[in-house]
Amino acid sequence: MSPPLLAVRGVKTFYGNIMALKGVDLDVCEGEIVTLIGANGAGKSTLMMTIFGNPRAGEGSVVFDGRDITQMPSHEIARLRIAQSPEGRRIFPRMTVLENLQMGATVADPSHFEDDLRRVCALFPLLDRRMQQRGGTLSGGEQQMLAIARALMSRPRLLLLDEPSLGLAPMLSQQIFRAIRELNTRDGLTVFLVEQNAFHALKLAHRGYVIVNGEITLSGSGRELLERPEVRAAYLEGGRREAAGGA
Amino acid sequence: MTVPNEAATSIRTPHLLIALKDATLSGFVAFGLFFFLIGLRSEQGSTGALEISTRFQTLALLVAAVFAGTFLRTLAFGRGPIPIAGAVPASVTDFLASAGRFAAPALLIFALLVPVLFYQNRYLLDLGILVLTYVMLGWGLNIVVGLAGLLDLGYVAFYAVGAYSYALLATHFQLSFWICLPLAGILAAFWGILLGFPVLRLRGDYLAIVTLAFGEIIRLVLLNWQSLTGGPNGISSIPRPSFFGLPFTEAEGSFASTFGLEYSATHRVVFLFYLILALALLTNWVTIRLRRLPIGRAWEAMREDEIACRSLGINTTTTKLTAFAIGAMFAGFAGSFFATRQGFISPESFTFGESALVLAIVVLGGMGSQLGVAIAALVMLGGFELFREFQLYRMLVFGGAMVLIMVWRPRGLVSTREPSLRLDDGKAAAQDAK
Repeated sequence: MSPPLLAVRGVKTFYGNIMALKGVDLDVCEGEIVTLIGANGAGKSTLMMTIFGNPRAGEGSVVFDGRDITQMPSHEIARLRIAQSPEGRRIFPRMTVLENLQMGATVADPSHFEDDLRRVCALFPLLDRRMQQRGGTLSGGEQQMLAIARALMSRPRLLLLDEPSLGLAPMLSQQIFRAIRELNTRDGLTVFLVEQNAFHALKLAHRGYVIVNGEITLSGSGRELLERPEVRAAYLEGGRREAAGGA
Repeated sequence: MTVPNEAATSIRTPHLLIALKDATLSGFVAFGLFFFLIGLRSEQGSTGALEISTRFQTLALLVAAVFAGTFLRTLAFGRGPIPIAGAVPASVTDFLASAGRFAAPALLIFALLVPVLFYQNRYLLDLGILVLTYVMLGWGLNIVVGLAGLLDLGYVAFYAVGAYSYALLATHFQLSFWICLPLAGILAAFWGILLGFPVLRLRGDYLAIVTLAFGEIIRLVLLNWQSLTGGPNGISSIPRPSFFGLPFTEAEGSFASTFGLEYSATHRVVFLFYLILALALLTNWVTIRLRRLPIGRAWEAMREDEIACRSLGINTTTTKLTAFAIGAMFAGFAGSFFATRQGFISPESFTFGESALVLAIVVLGGMGSQLGVAIAALVMLGGFELFREFQLYRMLVFGGAMVLIMVWRPRGLVSTREPSLRLDDGKAAAQDAK
């Protein structure tokens, strides 16, 4: 078996004296969708930010494509073609949609720009109509699409998505999950997805991890995890009712 | 007919009461505040000891003014915020918007024609030079504050570095203005980077405090390094500029004799005017060009969200340092122009007040807007001159005007941001390819 594209080994991350990640091991292989689910404050976003070098891991290592990126500054990690749609979207509100996308292409070859622009517009037709609008005037769902589209502009080898469905209407989050699947099956894009919406995330992902209090407690294929009673009870709405009905 | 009348009075009565209550309260506060500040005054008596004299009449007048003002305000607008935004702008904003398109070229043509129109009016030419100096400083600071979003309260330090660089190089090594100008720019940029390093991790208020301190440090060094800078006496007899080697004098081989003109002192003033206009336009041109380049886009993106920038592969360290360096460089240019124009410089010209004025110009103009900064500089300095006769009250008038503008247009006079990339650039090509 070829080595994983991203390998997280024994990562501990500290905020001052508080250990937010207590030795996390996690693999993402080329062409996979891997999801990390967990409750609020379990350390999902911290892990995602640690992969990106902000904050840096206090212990352990993060290896991308055979290179140790644990101590690398964020902007150099981005140059290795890891793209991120961060928590809270973080689009540039006073810049237009087009300018936001242009910023996303910072590390990409400029000759690709028009090609990539067309690709993301095909993926998110809504954005195409909003090109000259300021990012801050978009709705929440459109901003999320913009954040993902911006990340895609760099032609990433690995896409990190932090709660893309947060605060979105079910229709819109469906649309975003569909887009992620399309990117994966059509372009073979590797995706690492952090989600609270466990049901959809696990249905979408090839493999999943469950994080509780900074530690990985479960892992397995998406389907397997969906079947696990502890996952159903803790993260899937109605799971408890079903379990009770079964008993 | 009587019913609405009654209704009106029944509504008005509580209004009157509220207004009276508010006015009394304000009156008390004013009395408490002003009693010691204005009511009592300590003066040196005939024996040299301090004596307390009273000014209760002035105090009473002020308290009455506050009382009446609050009373009328509450009566007219109620207790809530005054709807200035709704009342004033509708027509004014439309006018500004339609005039905006022509404002920039009109201002430029006017600036070019000023020496022709006012050739006889030395006072106006000098004022024009002063305004343009601040336009240039405003545009320079706009790179740091407006585009990169780094609040710099010590901008005058780089202006001082530029001025002293020119003064020292020109008096000690007899270098010409045109050699000193780039050197002064480079030196100022160097100091910009030097300031940039320690403040890389700071943002907002903290950054503002450190830059403020930096400005003061430079001023104090200039003040105390007697052997180099002459301390509070400054540097005098700084060489005046020449027209590419032709001096503005009456002698043979001067500007006037070479071009067969009759000598006039105004020649130099006109030359200085066009010189600062050219320098200011250079600043403007460079800024506009930079905004379309990756570094300019990175500045603006950094102003919006630094973390997002880093995750997109932008090195925020170099981005910040270049903003400081380029902003400082233009201040350095402006500083050497200031030195050559005055012929004399001292640390007194580089106080915090200057930094504050330039910052006010940038904020008032609308951060990031080139046209807004130019208009704000014109209004501020023009206003200062207009109210020169009311020396005592002009700060009062300006404080009031600034408060009103900030209430009315909180993002500055020209708050719209021009996108640096338009659809047809990418889109037309994209459609061609289909």
